[in-house]
Amino acid sequence: MSIRKQFDRWIPQLVLGPTLIASLVFVYGFIFLTGYLSLTESRMMPNFEFSGLTQYHTLFDNERWWTSLTNLGIFGVLFIGLSITIGLFLAILLDQKIRGEGFLRAIYLYPMALSFIVTGTAWKWMLNPSLGLEKVMHDWGWTSFTFDWLVNSDMSIYTVVIAGVWQSSGFVMALFLAGLRGIDDEIIKAAQVDGASLPTIYWRIVIPAMRPVFFSVILILSHIAIKSFDLVIALTSGGPGNSSDVPAIFMYQFSFTRGQLGLGSASAMMMLATIVAVLVPLMYLETRSAKAMR
Amino acid sequence: MTHTRKHQFTLGRVVLYLLLILFALYYIIPLYVTLSTSFKSLDEIRSGNLLALPQVWQFESWGKAWSSACTGVTCNGLQPFFWNSLEMVVPAVLISTFIGAFNGYVFAHWRFRGSEMLFAALLVGCFIPFQVVLLPMARLLGEFGLANTTTGLVFVHVVYGTAFTTLFFRNYYTSVPEELIKAARIDGAGFFLIFRKIVLPISGPIFVVCIIWQFTQIWNDFLFGIVFASGDSQPITVGLNNLVNTSTGVKEYNVNMAAAVIAALPTLLVYLVAGRYFVRGLTAGAVKG
Repeated sequence: MSIRKQFDRWIPQLVLGPTLIASLVFVYGFIFLTGYLSLTESRMMPNFEFSGLTQYHTLFDNERWWTSLTNLGIFGVLFIGLSITIGLFLAILLDQKIRGEGFLRAIYLYPMALSFIVTGTAWKWMLNPSLGLEKVMHDWGWTSFTFDWLVNSDMSIYTVVIAGVWQSSGFVMALFLAGLRGIDDEIIKAAQVDGASLPTIYWRIVIPAMRPVFFSVILILSHIAIKSFDLVIALTSGGPGNSSDVPAIFMYQFSFTRGQLGLGSASAMMMLATIVAVLVPLMYLETRSAKAMR
Repeated sequence: MTHTRKHQFTLGRVVLYLLLILFALYYIIPLYVTLSTSFKSLDEIRSGNLLALPQVWQFESWGKAWSSACTGVTCNGLQPFFWNSLEMVVPAVLISTFIGAFNGYVFAHWRFRGSEMLFAALLVGCFIPFQVVLLPMARLLGEFGLANTTTGLVFVHVVYGTAFTTLFFRNYYTSVPEELIKAARIDGAGFFLIFRKIVLPISGPIFVVCIIWQFTQIWNDFLFGIVFASGDSQPITVGLNNLVNTSTGVKEYNVNMAAAVIAALPTLLVYLVAGRYFVRGLTAGAVKG
């Protein structure tokens, strides 16, 4: 075989080469390095002396870490739950042969084009305790109305939920709507002939048929939730105090402003573990249900 | 999905439209408030109603947000950050899209033993929280003199964006009939010729989807920007955050809101012009992502 032919045979591998090497080094290699760093005493400078699980002990003794985890739990559950409820509701409403559907859809979905920093900035202003929505209510005569969640350390994490749901629910709507459009009309018509009411049809037939859409929506939203960083920074900066801290902020501050590389790495590894713990069972269930459908 | 009953002006339909309009208001009000606040004077902001239109329209806040508001120690507005973001986003989007197109083409039509497994391994890059690579990457960029440079940011965005772009193109190209490629191969056409003559001419839509997706992702990124850039290479999201948090005396909400709109404008424009493709990108990325 000529050299030219030999070369041709390997073109696909050569084209993929740079990407695969980059992935091996910058994804797998770096995860390994971070993992190793989390097992050392590293502070300001990386220190490669092995120290076992000390950093993880420190991490789980750290009250701020627990606050972050609790907040992630609250935010994650509410953010995913509300986004799905609103998104599905809107998708079903829009699926009723609506005039101006395209226009409405465009309005519901535009927040997804914004950065979380912009969303956070806008909502920080809307929720401003003295000049924002609270003042609107006062101007309209409801003088006892108070809405100080942004500066109330018990409630600050819920402002993140409000802004996050605002940004993502339209996107969830788009996914569900695409799912609804994919359902066979004949099944619905048959059920109608049998006398089933519209809510029953949705509840018993349509929603169960959208199982795969639910999986991908939960997958994407939990991914967004676990990574959430910019929205919290722009809205509350983790405050008041550190009442609205999330793991991503914890990781950033300990790694880059407090010079605790070991502890920062340990928190990063815990974030990875959280994503794996959510995604792996979800994907397993999804492939299993996909097989069962066949 | 359709159903057979004819829709007249029933009570149900009225409620339906009312609900849809209420939700539209919920999504549109923050944008409206942001815009109207940006045109109000500070006095009007303090005395007036959040939801009211400006009584006197003023535009100074926009000029200030663009060129003279303080963002930390410097006071040049968002302008320098805007150009930084543009300088970062254009090469990063083009390079990652280009690489993704070739990768996707290989994964769809030039499979070899183990290529499916490699594809799966590559996809892991879409799922990891980037926190888990930040520290080594910061060190690496430092070693190569790329820390705090736009080049460094472009590099990072290309490295971690390629998994997504590959996924886009691979899914699109698998819908190109295998026979078409096989026939061309039998005729003696090679890898690049087939790409140029057969695959590329039908790739228009996926290029648009991929470019829009990458543009939105990279323009809106904050994490890489705040970790890997400083001072005069920071992107606009970091600039906006600095601007809002820099308080020299009075909080100028109108300037903050104008700045937020400026930061959002490029991606909003893309959404307005090519919303259809934007949605397609989101759903395509979502179905597998």
